[in-house]
Amino acid sequence: MASHSATTTQSANLWGGGVEPMKASYGKLMMWFFLMSDTFTFSALLITYGMIRFSNHAYLGDIDSYVFSQEYWPIPDKVFNAIPFLHGVHLPLVFVGIMTFILIMSSVTMVLAVEAGHRMDRNDVQKWMLWTILGGIAFLGCQAWEWTHLITGTETGSLIDGKPFFGANLVRNEYGPPAFADLFFFITGFHGTHVLSGVLLNIIIFYNTVIGVYDRTGHYEMVEKVGLYWHFVDLVWVFVFTFFYLI
Amino acid sequence: MANLDHNPAIAVDTHAHGHDHHDDHDHEEGTFLTKYIFSEDHKVIAKQFLISGIFWAIIGGTLSTIFRIQLGFPNTDMSFLKPILGGWIEGGKLNPEFYLAMVTMHGTIMVFFVLTAGLSGTFSNFLIPLQIGARDMASGFLNMLSYWFFFASSVIMLCSLFIETGPASGGWVIYPPLSALPQAAPGSGTGMTMWLFAMALFIVSSLLGSINYVSTVINMRTKGMTFTRLPLTIWAFFFTAIIGILSFPVLLSAALLLMFDRSMGTSFYLSEIYINGEALPNVGGSAILFQHLFWFLGHPEVYIVLLPALGITSEIIAVNSRKPIFGYKAMIGSIMAITLLSFIVWAHHMFVTGMNPFLGSIFMFLTLIIAIPSAVKAFNYITTLWRGNIVFTPGMLFSIGLVSFFISGGLTGVVLGNSAIDIQLHDTYFVVAHFHLVMGSASFFGMVAGVYHWFPKMFGRMLNEKLGYIHFWMTFIGVYCVFFPLHYTGIAGFPRRYYSFTSYDAFKTFGDLNAFVSTAAIVTFVAQFLFVFNFFYSIFRGRRAPMNPWRANTLEWTTPINPGHGNWVGEIPHVYRWPYDYSKPGAEEDFILQTTPFSATLSSNLEGEVDLVEETNASKAHA
Repeated sequence: MASHSATTTQSANLWGGGVEPMKASYGKLMMWFFLMSDTFTFSALLITYGMIRFSNHAYLGDIDSYVFSQEYWPIPDKVFNAIPFLHGVHLPLVFVGIMTFILIMSSVTMVLAVEAGHRMDRNDVQKWMLWTILGGIAFLGCQAWEWTHLITGTETGSLIDGKPFFGANLVRNEYGPPAFADLFFFITGFHGTHVLSGVLLNIIIFYNTVIGVYDRTGHYEMVEKVGLYWHFVDLVWVFVFTFFYLI
Repeated sequence: MANLDHNPAIAVDTHAHGHDHHDDHDHEEGTFLTKYIFSEDHKVIAKQFLISGIFWAIIGGTLSTIFRIQLGFPNTDMSFLKPILGGWIEGGKLNPEFYLAMVTMHGTIMVFFVLTAGLSGTFSNFLIPLQIGARDMASGFLNMLSYWFFFASSVIMLCSLFIETGPASGGWVIYPPLSALPQAAPGSGTGMTMWLFAMALFIVSSLLGSINYVSTVINMRTKGMTFTRLPLTIWAFFFTAIIGILSFPVLLSAALLLMFDRSMGTSFYLSEIYINGEALPNVGGSAILFQHLFWFLGHPEVYIVLLPALGITSEIIAVNSRKPIFGYKAMIGSIMAITLLSFIVWAHHMFVTGMNPFLGSIFMFLTLIIAIPSAVKAFNYITTLWRGNIVFTPGMLFSIGLVSFFISGGLTGVVLGNSAIDIQLHDTYFVVAHFHLVMGSASFFGMVAGVYHWFPKMFGRMLNEKLGYIHFWMTFIGVYCVFFPLHYTGIAGFPRRYYSFTSYDAFKTFGDLNAFVSTAAIVTFVAQFLFVFNFFYSIFRGRRAPMNPWRANTLEWTTPINPGHGNWVGEIPHVYRWPYDYSKPGAEEDFILQTTPFSATLSSNLEGEVDLVEETNASKAHA
C-alpha cells in the first residue's frame, strides 16, 4: 500500500482502478449506502405523516380555549407538556427538549470516541463509547416514559363516541384523530428501534474495544462505521422531532 | 471432475486442462457445506441464485399455464389437476378465488423471485468481480447473508402457496383495502401475512446484495480498470443496484404500515369502509397513499428487472457482432438517464385512481421522455449489429430477441404513457401485453442469453447449441404468439385479472383468440424444459469449454476454466484498454483482450492511443 501512495501517477488517477477512489474502505462505503437506503425508509414514513396530517383540519380557534377533539389535529404544545415529578405543571416541549439534548450530546461523545480511535487511544475510546451508550439508554428511557405518559392519558380524558376515553392507543386517541397516535407510535417507535439497535452495536464495539480487538487489527475503523450509523439516527430524530413536535 | 472417461477424446482433453487448474483447486479448503451451501464465493452464490431462480420460474410458469387453460378453454374439465390443487378444483372448475391468487403469485414470483433475485442475484454476483478484476465481492459474508435472506423469503412465499386459505390474492401490487382487510378475500388472511413477511426478508436480501455490488464496483476494480473501461454489463448492474438501494426501502415502509393496518388496528390506508353493510371503525387513512408508496418502488422495479438484461445484451451483441459496441458513452448516458427517470414517473400507474389531471400531464411528460434513452439503446444495438460479422450463438439469438421485444413492447409503452389513452387501456390486457413484452420477456431473454453466454465460465462446460437453437425459436415465436393477440383484447377493453371471458357478451368473440394464446403459452412453457434439461445435463455431461469460447475481450475469460475462490491464480491482471476492441483494423486477431497493453499492439493502435503506449510502459516500470 505504501508503495502505491508514493507513486505520483497513482494518486493522479484516483478512479484508475487498484485504489480506493473515495479514500474510504468498502465497509464505510457500505455503511453510507445503507444509510442512503434508510433515509428513503424514513422519508417514506415522514411523507406518510405529512399526507395524513394535511388531510386533517387544524385547530383555528383561540389558543386559550383549546380542548382535545377528534375534529382537528392536536397542537403539540398541549399534548407534550409533561415532565416526570412535576405533575400538573404545563411545560410544553421541555421534556422532549431534554431527550433531544441527550441524543445530540451522545453524538458528541461518539465523535470524541472516533477521534480517540484515530489516536489509537484505547482508554479514551472506552470512556467515550460508554458515555455514548449511556446517552442512548437515557434517550430510550425518556421515550419509554413519554410513551407511557401518552398511553395513560390525562385525568379528564375526552369523549369518544359518547364515552370518556383516557390516553391513546393505535385505535383510539383522546388527544385527537386516531391517525395522530398511529403515526406517533409508529414513527417514533421505528426510530426507537433504530436507537435500540444502535445501542446494541455500540455495546458490541465497546466490548471489542475493552478486550483489545481493534488494537490488534491496528485501527478503530469499526468505531467510525458505527459512529456513522449513530449520527444518522441522531439526524433522523431531528426530522422526527420537527414533524411531530414543532409543525 | 474426471468422470468423463466414456469418451476417449474428451478424456484426453480433461487431462490436458486438468493439470493447470488442479493446483488452484487444492487451495480450496472446507467441507461440502462451506463450499457449496454456506459459501462466501461470489461464483457459488451466483449459481445458488440462478438455480433458485430457475426453480421459481418453473413454479411461476406453471401457475400461468393453469390460468391460461382457464382463460383459453373455459369448459375444460380440470379434475386432472386435483392431485396438485386439491380443494381449489370444484366440480372440475377452477375456484375463482384461487384464480386471483394464482395471478397474484405469478406476478410476485416472476417480478421479484425470478427477474430480480434470479437475474441481478445471478449475474451481478457472478460478473462483477470477474469483469472488474476482483478476487471476490467486497464482503463475501454479507453476500452469503443476502442469498440466505432470499432463501428464507422463498421458503415463506412457497409455503404460502399451500395454506388452506390460499396465497395472497390482491394482485402483485397488493392494494389496500383488499390486502389490508382479512375479511375482504380468503387470500387476504394468512396468505397476505406471509406475503408481507416474505417480501420484508426479500428487501433485506436485495439491500445486502446491492450495497455489496456498488461498493465492489467502486473500490475493488483492478489497476487500469477505470469506469470508462468497464464493460456495459457492470455499468448496468451498478445502476440497478443503486435503484434497488433507493427504491426498495420505500416498499419496506409501505409494507410495515400495511402490516400495522392488518394486525394492530391502525388506519394508515383505511378510511370509511363498509363490509357487508357494516361500517369499519377505521377513519383518516388513504388508500391512494399506499399506491404512491408502492409505485415509488414499483416503477423503478421495472428497471431493476430490465437494466441488467440490457447490460448483458450489450456485451453479448458486441462480442458476437465482432464489432465495438456502438456509442459506448451514449449507452452509459442512457443507463444513467433511465435510472434518474425511473424515480420520477411512478404516478403513471395511477392516472385513473383519482389524481389531479394536471399532475397526470406532468407524469405523462416525464414518462414519455424515457422513450429517448430507450431509443438510444435500441438504435445502438441495431447499429452494433449493422454490418457486423455476426456469430449466431444461442446467447446472441436471445440477445437479438431481447432487442426485438424491447422495441415492440416499448412502442406500446409510448401509447400507454398518455394519460388520456390510459383511461381506455388502464388495467386491460393491453397493459398485460405491453409489460410482458418489454419487461417480462425482454428481461427473461436477457437472463437466458446470459446463461448461454457465461455457462462455460460458470461450469467449465458448454451448453448444447442445437437444443439452444430449438429453445430460442420456440420461445421467440411463442412469446409473440402469446402477447401480440393480447393487445387486441386489451384495446377491446377486456380487463386483466378477470376469471372468465365468456361471461360477457362483448368478449365472446375473443374465444378463439384466447384458445390460440393459451395453446401458444403452453407450448412455450413446455419448450423451457428443453433449456432446463440442457442446463442440468450440461453441468455434468456438456462439452468441455475452452478458455475463451466466444473469443471475448473481458477479464473473466482470462481466469482458469474452472476458477477457484479468488478467481485468478497469481496476480490479478492489469487492464490497459476498454472491453470492445473487436475487429480493430491492423490487429492480428479480431479481438484484443483488455489485458493486452498498447505497446503489444503497435500495428493497430489509433492516433490517440500512441500516448497510452508510453503510459503502459511507465506503469510496467512501476510494477
